[in-house]
Amino acid sequence: MIALLQQGSGYVPRIPIGSWVSDFVNYVTNNFSGFFDGLSKVLGGLVGAFDFVLTILPPWAMVLIFMAIALWLGGWRVMLLTLVGFGLILGMKLWDDAMTTLALVTASTAVALLIGIPVGILSAQYRSVETVVRPILDFMQTLPAFVYLVPAIILLGLGNAPGLLSVVIFAMPPAVRLTLLGLQQVPKETLEAAKAFGSTRWQTLVKVELPQAFTTIMAGVNQVIMLALSMVVIAALIGAGGLGTVVYKGLSTLDVGTSFEGGLGIVIIAIILDRITRNIGRGRQKPGGKGGLA
Amino acid sequence: MYRGRKMLPVSNWRLVKELTTEGSITGNEAVIRAEKLTKVFGRGASEALRLRREGRSKAEIEKATGATIGVLEANFEVYPGEIFVIIGLSGSGKSTLLRLLNRLIEPTEGEVYLDGRPTSRMSARQIRDLRRKKMGMVFQHFGLLPNRSVLGNVVFGLEVQGVSASERERRGLEALEMVGLEGQGEKRITELSGGMQQRVGLARALATEQEILLMDEPFSALDPLIRREMQNLFLDIQGEIKRTVVFVTHDLDEALRLGNRVAIMRDGEIVQMGNPEEILTNPANEYVERFIEDVDYTKVRKVEVAMVDPKEVAYRSEGPRVVLRRMQKAGLSTIFVLDSERKLVGLCEAEAVSRLAQRGEGSLESAIDRDVCRVELGTPLRKVLPLFVGGNLPVAVTDERERLMGVVVKGSLIAALTTESEVEEAREEVDPEAGDDSAGLSSSAAAEEGASR
Repeated sequence: MIALLQQGSGYVPRIPIGSWVSDFVNYVTNNFSGFFDGLSKVLGGLVGAFDFVLTILPPWAMVLIFMAIALWLGGWRVMLLTLVGFGLILGMKLWDDAMTTLALVTASTAVALLIGIPVGILSAQYRSVETVVRPILDFMQTLPAFVYLVPAIILLGLGNAPGLLSVVIFAMPPAVRLTLLGLQQVPKETLEAAKAFGSTRWQTLVKVELPQAFTTIMAGVNQVIMLALSMVVIAALIGAGGLGTVVYKGLSTLDVGTSFEGGLGIVIIAIILDRITRNIGRGRQKPGGKGGLA
Repeated sequence: MYRGRKMLPVSNWRLVKELTTEGSITGNEAVIRAEKLTKVFGRGASEALRLRREGRSKAEIEKATGATIGVLEANFEVYPGEIFVIIGLSGSGKSTLLRLLNRLIEPTEGEVYLDGRPTSRMSARQIRDLRRKKMGMVFQHFGLLPNRSVLGNVVFGLEVQGVSASERERRGLEALEMVGLEGQGEKRITELSGGMQQRVGLARALATEQEILLMDEPFSALDPLIRREMQNLFLDIQGEIKRTVVFVTHDLDEALRLGNRVAIMRDGEIVQMGNPEEILTNPANEYVERFIEDVDYTKVRKVEVAMVDPKEVAYRSEGPRVVLRRMQKAGLSTIFVLDSERKLVGLCEAEAVSRLAQRGEGSLESAIDRDVCRVELGTPLRKVLPLFVGGNLPVAVTDERERLMGVVVKGSLIAALTTESEVEEAREEVDPEAGDDSAGLSSSAAAEEGASR
């Protein structure tokens, strides 16, 4: 048996997937360079715009704004956490890098949601879309990031644009998956009721499905943000700035202290963003009173 | 067997039923008419139907074709203002049949006519309009939106129709009041108990003011006390607004309580259809019989079925001799006494009357026992039964103006509580060839029972 397999390996011809892919990338580069230049400018500009907004005010004003947001969405504990966390970042003199990272994360999250949520909705509506989308999502999540960094650089050049693209590719799947899950978990009875009262498909989606799936979709948003942050260091390899660059520089010069500080900055941003966004969906579901009047 | 029934004036209760039941005869158009309505789930529908028509069982067909027959050739009509109940065990196809009516499930064959118009040729838009304007629905598991307030749920149907916000609120509050939830519009759905939630479900269907109401086991998920309360509420509301209702349930008590007419389903087919009385007295087959076996007759049946015509009555103004003579002639040991307006005064026993007659008194007055057992028309038998404990005196049945309408005696009561099939069964058990003592005993008991009818 084993002998047969060993023999067999000789019979399977070399399948040149690698050269097909590089041929494809070459073809795209040669023929659509105009398009990709434009795309690069748009994506880079997007990150730049977010960065501009985040650094337009002095750090202390920004910290106050972040604290206000934290208080509104997460409560006073999260507000305190924000104060301490951003104070630490300021103390480590990493503020500008932190804001660049935040800009990259916010921009890529926005893009990921803008694509991911509609795709999730379509997958929930049409079986065929789901069948196509699922394997693509698996591919996006498991393909090592380094593999698509190279074509991203070739197509978009160095800088924030390929960084954004690679972050979006890695971080988008939860947006699709959890939107799909949230919509699939909507009780069939409510859908039937909506139909029985003459709802159109759109009315059912907007009035019945999305409101009930909101909590799950928000969990997806939270996941997207966390994954985006975890990609920041890798994005730094291709020229996206921010805390990732700090870590990467420390790594290449074996400067343990610097890379640790950069890493700590990322963790702080991650924790604060997580605490702020994780409560959005749940807060909505809380009943007005103490519930359980039954 | 129910001698009393033919002779007596029809009660209000039955009058309503007969009016609606015989709507077709009186010229009323059916609101809903189902014609050979059939639904097969899965592929191979025609093959499955062929096998079924050859008489194969549901399980056999499923094994052979993989298709399940949900509903097979259902024919029925529903008339304006009536409550038409579809009843069956789970899996009998009753909920499927209901959904075929508003095309939540597409029929495989057959046709549903609404006001005489066939629905199979309607476009998706027309069907949607139908669901918006013509038929509302109430669900077993409520189907309410947890993210909306009570009022937000009630106005859902109106919102979908594009009714303006102020109009929505007005009609929503009106519907809430109807179901007894006034002032609770701002509550969250999750704060309400099951019974309250179903009130919201009912209000949602009422707010759209549709002519037809489809109800899919609306009270089955509620506990018995609440269920009873909701049934009463529903009957009250129905009394006011007179919708045409198709009501699905697996609870026979509920069906008999609410239904003007009842259709019993088994394995996708309607096996019997009729008013509750007909189904109880003449079950069409063994299945129906087994289905109704557990019904507590005393709850369902009213005193009318046990009531017989009083052979003779006495009037207050009459003298003892006249009355005594009349009693002797009719072979009565007691007689009811009425006043000049036929209102019930009391009861006289033969002994007391004859004493008066011997003493030569001219008035019956002192022999009248005024403390007589009396019930009104429409009283369930259950409430009549205890009146016979420890006494043999007949019970008077009066109308709401206290006029004597009939009497209940022990024999007529027993007859009313027994069905024909039970009598047959009892007779079979006393087969003369079985020769032991116990059989002999039961035979005499059955003979007595037979004699009493």
